[in-house]
Amino acid sequence: MALDSKIPKGPLADKWTNHKNNINLVNPANKRLIDVIVVGTGLAGGSAAATLAELGYNVKAFCFQDSPRRAHSIAAQGGINAAKNYQGDGDSTYRLFYDTVKGGDYRSREANVYRLAEVSANIIDQCVAQGVPFAREYGGLLDNRSFGGVLVSRTFYAAGQTGQQLLLGAYSALNRQIGRGKVKMYNRHEMLDVVVVDGKARGIITRNLVTGEIERHSAHAVVLGTGGYGNVFFLSTNAMGSNVTAAWKAHKRGAYFANPCYTQIHPTCIPVSGDHQSKLTLMSESLRNDGRIWVPKHKKDVEAIRAGQLKPTQIAEEDRDYYLERRYPAFGNLVPRDVASRAAKERCDAGYGVNATGEAVYLDFAAAFMRYGKEVAHVRGLDENDDALVKKLGQEVVKTKYGNLFQMYEKIVDQNPYETPMMIYPAVHYTMGGIWVDYNLQTTVPGLYCIGEANFSDHGANRLGASALMQGLADGYFVLPYTIGDYLADDIRTGPISTDSPEFDEAEKSVRKNIEHLINNNGTHSVDHFHKRLGKIMWNKCGMARNAEDLKSAINEIAELRAEFWKDVRVPGTNDEFNEELAKALRVADFLELGELFAKDALLREESAGGHFREEYQTAEGEAMRIKEFQYVAAWEYKGEPKDAVLHKEDLVYENIEVKERSYK
Amino acid sequence: MNLTLKIWRQKNANDKGKMVDYPVTDVSPDMSFLEMLDVLNESLVQKNEEPVAFDHDCREGICGMCSLYINGEAHGPDRGITTCQLHMRMFKDGDTITIEPFRATAFPVIKDLVVDRSAFDRIQHAGGFISVNTSGNTIDANAIPINKHDADESFEAAMCIGCGACVASCKNSSAMLFVGAKVSQFALLPQGQVEATDRVLNMVKQMDEEGFGNCTNTGACEVECPKGISLENIARMNREYLKASLKG
Ligand SMILES: Cc1cc2nc3c(=O)[nH]c(=O)nc-3n(C[C@H](O)[C@H](O)[C@H](O)COP(=O)(O)OP(=O)(O)OC[C@H]3O[C@@H](n4cnc5c(N)ncnc54)[C@H](O)[C@@H]3O)c2cc1C
Ligand code: SF4
Ligand code: FES
Repeated sequence: MALDSKIPKGPLADKWTNHKNNINLVNPANKRLIDVIVVGTGLAGGSAAATLAELGYNVKAFCFQDSPRRAHSIAAQGGINAAKNYQGDGDSTYRLFYDTVKGGDYRSREANVYRLAEVSANIIDQCVAQGVPFAREYGGLLDNRSFGGVLVSRTFYAAGQTGQQLLLGAYSALNRQIGRGKVKMYNRHEMLDVVVVDGKARGIITRNLVTGEIERHSAHAVVLGTGGYGNVFFLSTNAMGSNVTAAWKAHKRGAYFANPCYTQIHPTCIPVSGDHQSKLTLMSESLRNDGRIWVPKHKKDVEAIRAGQLKPTQIAEEDRDYYLERRYPAFGNLVPRDVASRAAKERCDAGYGVNATGEAVYLDFAAAFMRYGKEVAHVRGLDENDDALVKKLGQEVVKTKYGNLFQMYEKIVDQNPYETPMMIYPAVHYTMGGIWVDYNLQTTVPGLYCIGEANFSDHGANRLGASALMQGLADGYFVLPYTIGDYLADDIRTGPISTDSPEFDEAEKSVRKNIEHLINNNGTHSVDHFHKRLGKIMWNKCGMARNAEDLKSAINEIAELRAEFWKDVRVPGTNDEFNEELAKALRVADFLELGELFAKDALLREESAGGHFREEYQTAEGEAMRIKEFQYVAAWEYKGEPKDAVLHKEDLVYENIEVKERSYK
Repeated sequence: MNLTLKIWRQKNANDKGKMVDYPVTDVSPDMSFLEMLDVLNESLVQKNEEPVAFDHDCREGICGMCSLYINGEAHGPDRGITTCQLHMRMFKDGDTITIEPFRATAFPVIKDLVVDRSAFDRIQHAGGFISVNTSGNTIDANAIPINKHDADESFEAAMCIGCGACVASCKNSSAMLFVGAKVSQFALLPQGQVEATDRVLNMVKQMDEEGFGNCTNTGACEVECPKGISLENIARMNREYLKASLKG
C-alpha cells in the first residue's frame, strides 16, 4: 500500500482551517449512536476521551494503572511550550514551527508541525480555564522559562510538576464526563490486541489485571494514546509499566511503524548506581536554564575526585571545562538534547567522567545562586556584597523554581545539590518514532488512530523540550476530535458493533494462546532477566552512537534472545488472578520484537540525524551528518518476523523552511 | 545489610491473609525500597514461589501508585517522600521491617500489598473539576490575572498525588486531607468560584458514601503526606462546606 499522508492543499498557514472547513461532521444526535474506544489516559488519551465524550460520542477508556490520573504524563517536569509571545521576545507560530522542524533535524512533516504550533496557544487558555495552576509572576500573569534549542522564552510551567498539573487538568475533564456517564472508565485493564473487521478497526481485547479475565470491547473506532517505548532499553526515565504492547499489536494488525530508531537520550539524568537499578530519574531540562555543565579540565583532578580526595567545589574556575559553552557559544547549556548528550558522552569517553563509573558530568548551580541572590538582595535593599547572604537568598529562589527536583536528587544520591553540583549522565527518555499516522492522525488501518508519544508525527529525529506535553494535548483536545468525525460520519447507520464475530474469536484466541504458553512454560529465568539482557544489547549497540557492525549483531542477538525467552521464561502463578509477572512477560515479549525492528531501522538509516547518530556519518568536528537521500520517514509494514518487515517511504518535502545544516554554534 | 522482612500476604480479596517472614541478604544502602523488593521477588520467582504483589509505576514520587505501610508508617520512616523514594540507607543491618498494605474500609485489599483506591476517583467524579468544555473557545489565559500568592497556594494544594497515605495514617480512615486539597485548589482560583457550592457538597457527600471516617483533627495525615499537603486545606474545606450549606 502506498503511503498517503493526506496533507491538505493550500498555503501552510491555511491548511488546518481549510481542512476543518471541508471535512465531514457528525450531527449531535448521531454522535450518540457511535462508540469510540480510547486506550490510554495520559495527556493524549485523557484529553481525547474527555473531548470526544463532550462532543457526544460514547467513550470507553482504558488504562493499566489503578486510576487514569497515574498515566506516565504525570511525571513530566519542566514545562509545556506555546507560541503565546507573552514575553514579547519575538515568538510566533512560525518561529515555534521553525524551531520544532529544525530541532527535529528536518525529519518531521511540515504540515503537522505547523498545526501543532498553531493550536499551541489555545492549550494554555484551555488549561487555565480548567484551573491548572501554572506559575505566575507578581503581577498575576503567567510566567515563562526557556528550554533547549530555542532563543525565546515560551515554556509555561508549574514548578517541576508541569505534567502532573496538566494531567490532573485532563483528568478533571475526564472525571466530569465519567460522572455524566459519557465515559466508561476501565482501570487496571491492559489492551492485548486490536480487532480488525472487514479492514476496519472495530475493537480491542483486554485483560483485566485484577481478575485475569480476557474481555472483548467493540467500537466504531479505536484510538491509541499509549505512550512511548523507551523501556525497550530496560533502564529509562519512563515509568515501570510503560510499554509498546498496544502499539506493537496494532503494528501486527496492519499499522505501519515509523522510524523506530529515533530515540531521545536525555542529557540530564541521575547516573546509574548499581546492578539493582530498576529505572533512571530525570533531572528536568529546565535546570539547564540555571545550571552550568562542566567536567574538570585536567585528568589529575578527575582522578582525585574519583578517589574522593578532591571536591568539585574545590576546583578553580579556570580548571573547569564548561564544554557546552566552549563548543556551542550561541546556545551554550541550552543546546538541544541530542547535542548535549553526545557532548557528555564525548567527555566521558575521553576519560573525564566524574564518578566511580566514569559516566557522569557536573550540573552546577553555584553561579545561579549568586545571580538570583544579588537580584533579591538588591530589591530588598540588603548587602549585595555579603556572599553568604546572597547565596542563601539565591538558593531560596532556586528552591521555588526546582525545589522538588533538588529534593528528588538528594533522596536518590544522598548528596545535597544546594552545596555540591549535581552529577548527571544521559539516559533513554523519549521515543520520537512510533505508529505512522496521516495528517488526520489515522494509522494505515482505517478507524485506528494514534495520538501522543505513541505516534511518530511531530518531532522528527529529535524532540525539543516541553514539546511532548504540547503535542499530547494538541492531539487530544484539538486535532483528533475533529479529524475522527470525518471517518465516523460514514458510521452513523452501522449500529453497535458485535463482539460475536470470527475476528473477535480469532483475536481472543491468539491472546489466550500466548498467555497459556507463558504460564505453562516453567522455564528457568524471570521476565526481568530477559528484559535486562535486551536492555544491555539496546544500550550498547543501538544507544547514543551506532554503527553497522553493532546493529547487525544486535539484530541477531535480539532474535536469539527472543527465542530463548519463549523457551525459557518462568512466569509463576495463573492467569486468573492479579499476576504482575504475567503482565510484564506479555510486555517484554513485544519489546523483544520491537527491538529487532529498531535495530533494522537504525541500520537502514545510513546518516546521522537528531537522536540517531551513526559513527560512520559524522563531520570532522564530530557533529551529526545528515544525508539528503534519507529525507524520508521509514514506515515499516509487518510481515511475520520483525526482520522481514517491508519498508515504505514517505518523502519529506520542505516548502516553507530551508533545509540547512543544523548549527547551534 | 541483612534484613528480615515481615510482609502481609493475601491471595485475593476473599483470603484472610497473614504476615510471612522473609530474610533478605546483601542489601545495598543505595537501593530504593522497591528495588529491594524487586530483589526479593526475583529470588521468589527462582524458587517457584509467588512474588509479593505491590503497586508502583513512576518510581519517582509523582504518580501516587506506590502505597506501602512500613514499620507502622505510610510510605515508611522518611518524611516528605513516597515509598518509591525511600532508600535502604534509612535502615540498619539486622533490622526487621514490617510491610503492610494501606488499610482502610474504603481501600479493600486486592492482593498482598495492593489495595483498591477507586473510591478516590469516585469522589473526583462527583465534583473535582471545573465545567468548561475543551472546545478551545475560552478566553485568553492572561485575561484574568491571579494573585501570585493565591496561585502558588492553589498549586501547593494541587500537588496531592492521590496516594491515600493520609487515609492509611488516620485512625478514623478519614479522607479529609485528600478532598480538602482538591476543594482548596479550586477555591483559591477565580475559575473555581462558579461551582464552588455544588463542588464541596457533592465531593463531601461522595466521600461519606465511600465509608471514609470523620476528621478528629489528630493531624497524622499531614505528617505522613508525601507532598506536604497542609491541614489548612481541611480548614478551608470546612469553611467552604459551611458556606455552601448555609446557601443550601
Ligand atoms: C520524567 C519525564 C519528564 C518529562 N518531562 C517533560 C516535559 O517537561 N515537557 C514535555 O513536553 N514532555 C516531557 N516528557 C515527555 C512527556 O511526558 C510524554 O511524552 C507524554 O506525557 C506522553 O503522553 P501520552 O499521553 O502520549 O502517554 P502516557 O502519558 O505515557 O500515557 C500512556 C497511557 O496509556 C496507557 N497504556 C499504555 N499501554 C497500555 C495497554 N497496553 N493497555 C492499556 N493501557 C495502556 C497507560 O495506562 C497510560 O494511561 C517527560 C517524560 C518523562 C519520562
Ligand atoms: S493528601 Fe497527601 S497523603 Fe493524601 S492522597 Fe494527597 S498526597 Fe497522598
Ligand atoms: S511509584 Fe509513583 S509515586 Fe511511587
